[in-house]
Amino acid sequence: MTEPSAQAANAPSLTGTSAYNHSEPITFIRQLRYAGVAMLLAFGLSMPLLALKLSQDISNHLIVEQRFLLLASAMLIAFACGLRWRLFGLRSQWPAEALYLVLSALLLFFLIRAFHGLGSLFEATLDKGGSEFLIALGLLACGTALQSALAYALHVERDRWAAALPAMPEGLAARFGGHCAKHANTGALVALVAFPFLMLALTGTAGAIKWVDNFGVQILIYIMLGWGLNIVVGLAGLLDLGYVAFYAVGAYAYALIATQVIPATFPALGVWAFWICLPIAGLLAALWGVILGFPVLRLKGDYLAIVTLAFGEIIRLVLVNWTEVTKGDTGIQTPRITFFGLPFASATGDRTFGEVFGLSGSPTIYRSIFLYFVILALALLTAYTTNRLRRLPVGRAWEALREDEIACRSLGIDTTSTKLTAFAIGAGFGGFAGAFFAARQGFINPKSFEFIESATILALVVLGGMGSLLGVALSAFAVIGGTELLRELDWLKSIFGPTFDPAQYRMLIFGAAMIAMMIWKPRGLISEREPSIFLKERKAVSGTLVKEGHG
Amino acid sequence: MMFRVPKTPPGAPLLIVEHMTMRFGGLIAINDLSFTAKAGEITALIGPNGAGKTTVFNCITGFYKPTSGRMALIKGTHDPAQIVATTRLGGRWSPGATQPQTPGVFLLERMPDYEIAAKARVARTFQNIRLFPGMTVLENLVVAQHNQLMQAAGWFTGLFGAASYKAAERQAVEKAATWLDKIGLTARADDAAGALPYGAQRRLEIVRAMCTEPVLLCLDEPAAGLNPRESAELNALLRAIRQDSGVSILLIEHDMSVVMEISDHVVVLEYGTKISDGTPEHVRNDPKVIAAYLGVEDEEVGIRDQGPGIRG
Ligand SMILES: Nc1ncnc2c1ncn2[C@@H]1O[C@H](COP(=O)(O)OP(=O)(O)OP(=O)(O)O)[C@@H](O)[C@H]1O
Ligand SMILES: [Mg+2]
Repeated sequence: MTEPSAQAANAPSLTGTSAYNHSEPITFIRQLRYAGVAMLLAFGLSMPLLALKLSQDISNHLIVEQRFLLLASAMLIAFACGLRWRLFGLRSQWPAEALYLVLSALLLFFLIRAFHGLGSLFEATLDKGGSEFLIALGLLACGTALQSALAYALHVERDRWAAALPAMPEGLAARFGGHCAKHANTGALVALVAFPFLMLALTGTAGAIKWVDNFGVQILIYIMLGWGLNIVVGLAGLLDLGYVAFYAVGAYAYALIATQVIPATFPALGVWAFWICLPIAGLLAALWGVILGFPVLRLKGDYLAIVTLAFGEIIRLVLVNWTEVTKGDTGIQTPRITFFGLPFASATGDRTFGEVFGLSGSPTIYRSIFLYFVILALALLTAYTTNRLRRLPVGRAWEALREDEIACRSLGIDTTSTKLTAFAIGAGFGGFAGAFFAARQGFINPKSFEFIESATILALVVLGGMGSLLGVALSAFAVIGGTELLRELDWLKSIFGPTFDPAQYRMLIFGAAMIAMMIWKPRGLISEREPSIFLKERKAVSGTLVKEGHG
Repeated sequence: MMFRVPKTPPGAPLLIVEHMTMRFGGLIAINDLSFTAKAGEITALIGPNGAGKTTVFNCITGFYKPTSGRMALIKGTHDPAQIVATTRLGGRWSPGATQPQTPGVFLLERMPDYEIAAKARVARTFQNIRLFPGMTVLENLVVAQHNQLMQAAGWFTGLFGAASYKAAERQAVEKAATWLDKIGLTARADDAAGALPYGAQRRLEIVRAMCTEPVLLCLDEPAAGLNPRESAELNALLRAIRQDSGVSILLIEHDMSVVMEISDHVVVLEYGTKISDGTPEHVRNDPKVIAAYLGVEDEEVGIRDQGPGIRG
């Protein structure tokens, strides 16, 4: 893969990873250095996970258990793997090497967790301290074998795939994208509308609640959030790491207005709470979008990202600490959504949806299906608005801003108001989603609005392909749906033991998928950009030309 | 179409730069520069590398605030008293200057960059091309008509597919198509701007600036990196622009053949100071200019500027 001339030149590495630089001749010292780096990496990754463990002693006191031997074993394994790798002389470019390094560290973590899952057997051996070394050796063997397989697959096979692999998804995505735009829109819509009824027919009430609520509603919430953030990140190119703040604003706007304001002013409107609060939540979130937008207007890139991240945390901390209003971590019980004023279940004997429409059976399924259609409508509204805006001067100005802010200003575009509208509209959709979330959950507390949510939503946008609605929807489907599916893999417990929880590994799988994407599809599932207007024919713009924005 | 009446009559002063100085820390990039660009003319700004030409552009278009000096853009007939009065009053422009029917004065040093483009109607290109590479050629030209379209669309009424906006958009596309015809890029209208060859990108950047309906077009080294054929195409385009739309042009150019051939008036800068100002004929024979261009060439070789900020 590398050119021989580059190897001969032996140029100093610009990447700062000279220890891995494959153009250097392999000497034992280098191998040691390389293995040392792997060991340090393993130390960094596993230190907090392995070395210290909180547990309770007999009198129920919390004690910190020190497991430095385990940590040492982990480091040893990493060192050995690193060394072995060099000895086998498998060389590649440094991103791939970095990947293997991270993968082997993750693999290690995974294996250790898996062994934990074997339960008491492992714990018992572990407690004997001395045998940790034995286990570590076993792990080393497993790790080495797996790593060899992986390295073989990635190296040897990769060469064979190299031609086909990057080309195939590109073509597929393009065809898929074109197809969706032309014929499949209506098909998708019909499928989405039919989905809850299909599930009801196929899996019965209990199954349908799971599929409609856990899968359908959950995925659609994230699709909507992804589409909302897509306006800010994908179109305007403003890296926002605190998007969850607007989700929180929307959720708390609903919770507070529905539980405090409406009962105190117009209690009769209580059943309409969601429908009244929805626009208010959107507007409030948009207002917060502008409030965030003002101070960060002059910031670019990393600085913008850090400030938005801090903003997200500030909102969450205010929610945690302003206990008189938000009840802090205790959270707020929110009224459930109603069918345009008709409750699905009533403790006070009001007429319910089921009674009015003569439907017997669990009100939960009716509520779930209704929730599904509400969020579907909200998500479609987001998509419609985004598509419309892209064809309006504001939307084009957003994209131009992402491409080149200075050129924008030279054309008389007021970049301040352009950025603020992007923040406001993106935030507004986050607010809608937040209000919906609160009405669906029936309970909210600040735990739902942590940084990881922002990161997940941003990941959906990046994985999907910045700016592409279809891409974001696909990635939400894969990531959120995949996470939920992991909960279905209970049979894995029979292999890894009863304490093994597959859903716990979603971050690991997620991380691995991200790394794989970085290598093979760095611009996301659908990287091509649809032009907003055309003269003769609509041609997609290749993702390599589209800028990611810098502000 | 949307052109402001009254236009500054040809030959009358359009841009009056007085005592402009720009300091970057200890470096004086422009030193007490005064010159006048007349309406309907092509004024060339020349000088060795690092002389401060791009900095002058950045000041005129509002990307830099000059340390001191005044830059007055005249709309309609020139009235020195009005410039003085506006300067005294402290406003960014004389009363009524932004209304279509009245003459007026814009004091560019007081206006932010986007306002200079939108209100005073000074458009520019950059030394390093700044297109929107991921947008199509057509989109580049439609974005340039942002402010007109914005008026038709309102911020959001266009969301509901208002007919007035559709008409305005169609008009914008027509205008873009006309310009594309002129630069021979109609066939590539739906391709990404970043995929065009270099010469085409240069021409596209110029017509993108023209789509903002400027009264003054500032071109920063439009011929840089062009081959002779592309250079000739560019000359033709610039002449056509001046003849058809009456736009005045301020031109930075190193290629002397271009400068001597198409400019009406030349200003020569060296180390930020004006050393000559006059017709091409006058400047060509000015001993100071000859010294600047021939005498110190060896010294100039080593100091291609690397300054930060907006380059070209
Ligand atoms: N933002 C800045 N900060 C500091 N110095 C700057 C800045 N911009 C320009 N300069 C300096 O001002 C001087 C004039 O630069 P300018 O770019 O205007 O030259 P120029 O005449 O356009 O040259 P060229 O023909 O190479 O384009 C140079 O010495 C440059 O380094
Ligand atoms: Mg320059």
